[in-house]
Amino acid sequence: MGQGQLFVAGVLRHGVMPELSALLATMNAAPGQADPVNPLVPFGRIASLHVARFIVLEDPSLPDRLIAPTLPVHEPTRLAFIADFDGTPDGLIADLVAIAAPGLRRIFGHCADFRDDTDLLRWLHAHRIRSAATYVNWRGRSAAQVREEAALHDVLRTARLAHPRASPEQLMPILRAAGAAVTLNPVAAPPVAWRIGETAHFLLLPVAAIALAPLLLPSLPFLAILLRWRETRDPVIAPTPSRERNRTLSALEDHDITNQYSAIGSLKPGLFRRWLTIAILWVIDWGARHIFGKGRLARVNTIHFASWTFLDEGRRVLFASNYDGSREAYNDDFINKVAFGLNLSFSNGLGYPRTRWLILDGARHEQDFKRYLFHHQIPTQVWYKAMPGLSTYDMARNTRIRRGFENPPSGAALRRWIAEI
Amino acid sequence: MSAAAAESGDIQAIVDRGFGSLRAARYLLLRVINPAAARAWLRGLTVTSLANARSHRVSRVDQIAFTAAGLRTLGFAPDSVPGFAPEFLDGMAGDERRSHRLGDAGENAPQYWDWGAGEKEPHVLLILLSTEEAIEALETQIVSALPAAGCTLLALNRSNTRVGHEPFGFADGVSQPALDWEGTLHPGGVRDRIYRNRLAMGEVLLGYPNEYGFVADHTAKGIGRNGSYLVYRQLEQDVRGFWQWLAQAAGPDGAGVLAERMVGRTMDGAPLDGLPETPVEGTQDRDNSFTFAADPDGIACPIGAHVRRANPRSSDDPQGRRGFFRDLLSSAGLKGTAIHDAVAAARFHRIVRRGRSYGPAMSPGEAMAAGEDAPLEPSGIHFICLNANLARQFEFVQGAWISSHNFAGLSGESDPLLGHRKPVNGGMATDAFSHVDRQGCPRLIGGLPRFVTVKGGAYFFLPGLKGLAAILAD
Repeated sequence: MGQGQLFVAGVLRHGVMPELSALLATMNAAPGQADPVNPLVPFGRIASLHVARFIVLEDPSLPDRLIAPTLPVHEPTRLAFIADFDGTPDGLIADLVAIAAPGLRRIFGHCADFRDDTDLLRWLHAHRIRSAATYVNWRGRSAAQVREEAALHDVLRTARLAHPRASPEQLMPILRAAGAAVTLNPVAAPPVAWRIGETAHFLLLPVAAIALAPLLLPSLPFLAILLRWRETRDPVIAPTPSRERNRTLSALEDHDITNQYSAIGSLKPGLFRRWLTIAILWVIDWGARHIFGKGRLARVNTIHFASWTFLDEGRRVLFASNYDGSREAYNDDFINKVAFGLNLSFSNGLGYPRTRWLILDGARHEQDFKRYLFHHQIPTQVWYKAMPGLSTYDMARNTRIRRGFENPPSGAALRRWIAEI
Repeated sequence: MSAAAAESGDIQAIVDRGFGSLRAARYLLLRVINPAAARAWLRGLTVTSLANARSHRVSRVDQIAFTAAGLRTLGFAPDSVPGFAPEFLDGMAGDERRSHRLGDAGENAPQYWDWGAGEKEPHVLLILLSTEEAIEALETQIVSALPAAGCTLLALNRSNTRVGHEPFGFADGVSQPALDWEGTLHPGGVRDRIYRNRLAMGEVLLGYPNEYGFVADHTAKGIGRNGSYLVYRQLEQDVRGFWQWLAQAAGPDGAGVLAERMVGRTMDGAPLDGLPETPVEGTQDRDNSFTFAADPDGIACPIGAHVRRANPRSSDDPQGRRGFFRDLLSSAGLKGTAIHDAVAAARFHRIVRRGRSYGPAMSPGEAMAAGEDAPLEPSGIHFICLNANLARQFEFVQGAWISSHNFAGLSGESDPLLGHRKPVNGGMATDAFSHVDRQGCPRLIGGLPRFVTVKGGAYFFLPGLKGLAAILAD
């Protein structure tokens, strides 16, 4: 039930980047935009996929560790495959191997521990990394449902455009006739077992909070002092963006209403920041699962899928998202609506703009924050989106339209329904 | 730090005012051939400061701005002076991805522009404002000086029309932010859950705190302070096509009503019926004392109407200010719906407009009656705006609002006036316009043609007077 997320990553052999980049580029129809029928991994043949990407995790911010001598100077460069889909990760891996084994072997063959005789299926399973937090715009809305509802919207809109002067009451039978041609498979209700599992998981947070309260409450003043001590001393690293690198990144952007976003960086050194990050990402994951599964992550409405993933024994985090609009607008939307959330989820990053009390300031230092983000953003070599042209608003609206189509409204509700088509 | 008002002697006057009483304007787009001669000539021009304009009624205004290419040609290497905006250094037409975001695609693409791209990129913009009687002599005097000044004239754009009206017949420039010249505004916090029109000085002038309360980077050595980025786009308007399409879509009698819904104001500039008068901090004008907060579904003013795209008048939170706990819930995304929170915090995306229109005046009736092949002199707008952050202000307004095909969650639409109508990735058309008619009936019109074509454009840096002197120093 619902969408799953898969994150597979392998360490690259030294010096394979030029060859691998060239290979990955052959999968694209436009810069960074996967061709759905590319011969290596024909994403379009996997009907359960929503979004997917191949990305080389080459971290331009590693030199920042000069200010954190306890962190190793080098980290491995990985090739990652990240996908959001309907079903389970095991199911997707099986589909991938069935459809694209030769292509996947060629791609992951650039990884250090991938040999000619490697068992692909086992290798993929062995190289899975469980993301610390994932976000899904609309929990349980399958790719098939999105497609069917988009097809319904298309025919209803065409019918509506053909009758510009009809009244809502005149339009209704026309729309019903037009929509009848579209197949709408019923949306399955979640099974009872699944719902019980979700409720149990929901209770984890309050139970954990109550259980840990005797421990946490007395230590709160000390943790607060520790936090403020760190916050007033941690250095900020927000260099002026390179225009050349900006061109590299923006060449991959705005080909569709939706864009990919990938950013990698080190956590601040020390156990305090490490455990704080673990706790915060756990809460974000919990919130995304139980509170924010109907179109909004706090007030941000434009993210289709996002994930936060620890790398290198928790020394680094990769943030990957799929969002609507252009990068600058995405940054602005974030800063203006959920600066507190950005601070929570990223302020343990090395060089993050100065925060107060974990949630204040930080991203509100607009210029520093945008530069910090840019400093950590990395190009996504291959990005696939199964529903070109559709925004999160479109998908939600199409679901509302479908509901009205199946339960015809009247009066004022009919007018509102037609206005959305 | 002193307030901007105290430095008016260092600020080009156009930052504060449009000089509507000076009815004639000339926009000279120059290319520099001989840098030394050009610098010397430009040094000799008397640039009107805000202090000049405040102390007496001026009859002539001269303002100077440079593109990055212009600064490079003049020998002032902007790329090695830290602090210039990357968008300025790249230029408006310098990158296909930028053009795509700005809607400069199809027939609007820079390759078709009269000026602005490649060899036709201007170096210097000289703005001359004066009376209709005096402007011809002034123009002749300046143009005849150009050869000796080491400059060639790329374009000489003229505007002699009534300031405050655009060629389709609508009042223009009605909404402008009120700049915080005295430096008394403290942006941020719970007060900004209510829309206001007063704007932090740092949103327009470099060197002052912006809407985030911070002074953004600007060019060092005193060159950036009191400067601004000036965006110039020449937008040609198909007046005949506009009114004839309207007459066809809504009938000759309904054309005006539909046009007003597409614009989002009446032809006189008043808010549309059904938008209640609301006090807005920073304006006393009835035509600006309203928001769209009471019209979240676009019944009174269509969501996609031009003025609603250009300034959705949204506060930091559409839920407004309702007390601590309700505000907290709303901030966490637990109140309201996604679609009604698609466009927030307009205060970060305001621009100051100083443009003027050009071409002959034509009434809607004349435009509807004009024959298909009657020769018409071109008309349009020399769109000029000022802002401190090109990416967050002009490019955001133009890219995320005006030319976005998903503004406020809409789809299948583009700006009813400015859209280029090309379909998006996935094949969805963008040539529709949806609105609710006076009877409360939802209407969807498809097949809008392109009414406006971009004919030129560039990003300029409008320095303060000290900055200007530094740029022009030998």
